[in-house]
Amino acid sequence: MGTTIRNEPAVYVYEAPLRLWHWFNAFALLVLCVTGYFIGAPLPTLSGEASDHFLMGYIRFAHFAAGYIFVIGFVFRIYWAFVGNEHARQIFLPPITNPDFWDGVRHEIKWYAFIAREPRKYTGHNPLAVITMHVMLVWGTVFMIVTGLALYGEGTGMDSWQYTWFSSWVIPLFGQSQDVHTFHRLGMWFILLFVITHVYVAIREDIMSRQSLISTMISGWRTFKDNREVDDGH
Amino acid sequence: MKETFYDVMRRQGITRRSFLKFCSLTAAAMGLSPLYASKIAHAMETKPRIPVLWLHGLECTCCSESFLRSGHPLAKDVILSMISLDYDSVIMAAAGHQAEAIVEEVIAEHKGEYILACEGNPGLEQDVTGGMSCVVAGRPYTEQLRMAAKDAKAIISWGSCASWGCVQAAAPNPTGATPIHKVPGIGNAPIIKVPGCPPIAEVMTAVVTYLVTFDRLPELDRQGRPKMFYSQRIHDKCYRRPHFDAGQFVEAWDDEGARQGYCLYKMGCKGPTTYNACSTVRWNGGLSFPIQSGHPCIGCSEDGFWDKGGFYDRLTNIPQFGVEANADTVGGTAAAIVGGAVAAHAAVSALKRTQQKGDQE
Ligand code: HEM
Ligand code: HEM
Ligand code: SF4
Ligand code: SF4
Repeated sequence: MGTTIRNEPAVYVYEAPLRLWHWFNAFALLVLCVTGYFIGAPLPTLSGEASDHFLMGYIRFAHFAAGYIFVIGFVFRIYWAFVGNEHARQIFLPPITNPDFWDGVRHEIKWYAFIAREPRKYTGHNPLAVITMHVMLVWGTVFMIVTGLALYGEGTGMDSWQYTWFSSWVIPLFGQSQDVHTFHRLGMWFILLFVITHVYVAIREDIMSRQSLISTMISGWRTFKDNREVDDGH
Repeated sequence: MKETFYDVMRRQGITRRSFLKFCSLTAAAMGLSPLYASKIAHAMETKPRIPVLWLHGLECTCCSESFLRSGHPLAKDVILSMISLDYDSVIMAAAGHQAEAIVEEVIAEHKGEYILACEGNPGLEQDVTGGMSCVVAGRPYTEQLRMAAKDAKAIISWGSCASWGCVQAAAPNPTGATPIHKVPGIGNAPIIKVPGCPPIAEVMTAVVTYLVTFDRLPELDRQGRPKMFYSQRIHDKCYRRPHFDAGQFVEAWDDEGARQGYCLYKMGCKGPTTYNACSTVRWNGGLSFPIQSGHPCIGCSEDGFWDKGGFYDRLTNIPQFGVEANADTVGGTAAAIVGGAVAAHAAVSALKRTQQKGDQE
């Protein structure tokens, strides 16, 4: 190759609302994981009078505030899937009936397994990213929101909408409140697995793939490192 | 003429004054306005006594023990005079064939009118193997239960045994102990659950009083528990709650925090996940309750509390997966593996990249 020719036109992929959601969501999730961890396994005890401190109260408040940002953000993200461009729908609707899609997934796995010499070139997400985001992040988010609001409804009481809509059926479904806690916490680890892989892959592909990544999630524009054809069928 | 509750009480030597006091106490316990006291009194004076059959399956009798120790001695007398006349194998005077005949008599005479109070649950293994896990008067308990349930007006599931299964249903549950509402062939009588191991005495007497005076079930939540006693968690009304919000916890049984009465969350307190009235009604006539005496709530009124690992762990086991591990051991291990894989993958990627660069030059 020698010199990289960068005259393939840049494509506007991720519109501003989607990018904004991405970073808000990432921030909310970070706060949720840290505060959630300490809700179940609190920091060392504080001495003195109860009225001198409100540590657990603040931690829980931060969790609930971030939780609401997370919920509202996700509702907005679903709305954006309807009104945004085609890439805004990708993580919600993986084309699982399309054999080409699965061929793309296989190729991407080979690329990560160091078998394929080169990844394919995509304007949107690559197929492996789509399927992982769909299964782990989208459904993980739904799970965390449903169990989170069910736990929240226990605090707001039986007359609240959170209780009526969520706690009333989620708690018996899992068995009892303690089980909802356990699975909410397990859900945190599940989403954390996604975040670890996602951040690693974003950085790695930014360096090793044939298109831009991190800058795309910031500016919205996808640039390419070679001028051969895009082979993602989009 | 049929006997009323009031007639029975008078016969038991209870004065009118004590009777009215009982009515107002009960109204208060149920969270009803004082006006209801006269309603209760009126109902008891005019309504014919409703017969109650009290059956015992696989259980430890802690429900009966709790009931007999109702804080207000009067409450106990009143309620007992309502029900003990029929059948309760633990406290009735009759025995043998005579006693067993009462059950059939009540069922025949009061079809669809009597209340069936279940303490304990049946071992369904009896249905399959004809096993001997619980035999009453020479017959499997499951038979007696189904027979009595068929024509009952309503069923009370006393305690966590009848409501959820409790200790005898703990894995691997050799007798197939099954809560009343899940017993096949139990019939269509509405079931009211009063969980707890045991339930609080005042809660038990109030539930019976409500049923017999108002002649209908109290309002139940989705899981069949009376809302008036089970709509809030221990944690919601716990007097140690300010210490929880402050972040002040007992970390060991004999530490300074324990002496100061700090929150027992880190000692495994299940107050935040347990629906019961202990922190408001309390025990032994409102004297105290477990947390007040320095012990965490073990969640005795919750389904499956017996199968989640240690009572003193905040994070409990995941019985659904059959693993002796909590969310952090499972999740933390997975995160460590993935984290390690990512690091290894990054190293190989970097190596490859330098190789390829080398090839290109
Ligand atoms: C809690 C953390 C994070 C979560 C939950 C998360 C989630 C997501 C999701 C759901 C998408 C798909 C966007 C869509 O189609 O709507 C995405 C894309 C992306 N994320 Fe993240 N993200 C997180 C953190 C990060 C971080 C720290 C980085 C930067 C290193 C990053 C870089 C990217 C990039 C570059 C894309 C676009 C990938 C592509 O173009 O195919 N993310 N992320
Ligand atoms: C992905 C997002 C989320 C993560 C990672 C997360 C994490 C956690 C964790 C680890 C706990 C402690 C569980 C325990 O050990 O008992 C927790 C508790 C809780 N979370 Fe979340 N959570 C998330 C979303 C939400 C949402 C959207 C809500 C709803 C507002 C919510 C509400 C709660 C509540 C009410 C509790 C219980 C607090 C308590 O017991 O005092 N969570 N969360
Ligand atoms: S002692 Fe238990 S119920 Fe009371 S505040 Fe602490 S965690 Fe909640
Ligand atoms: S405090 Fe908890 S464990 Fe103790 S009796 Fe009440 S519900 Fe049961």
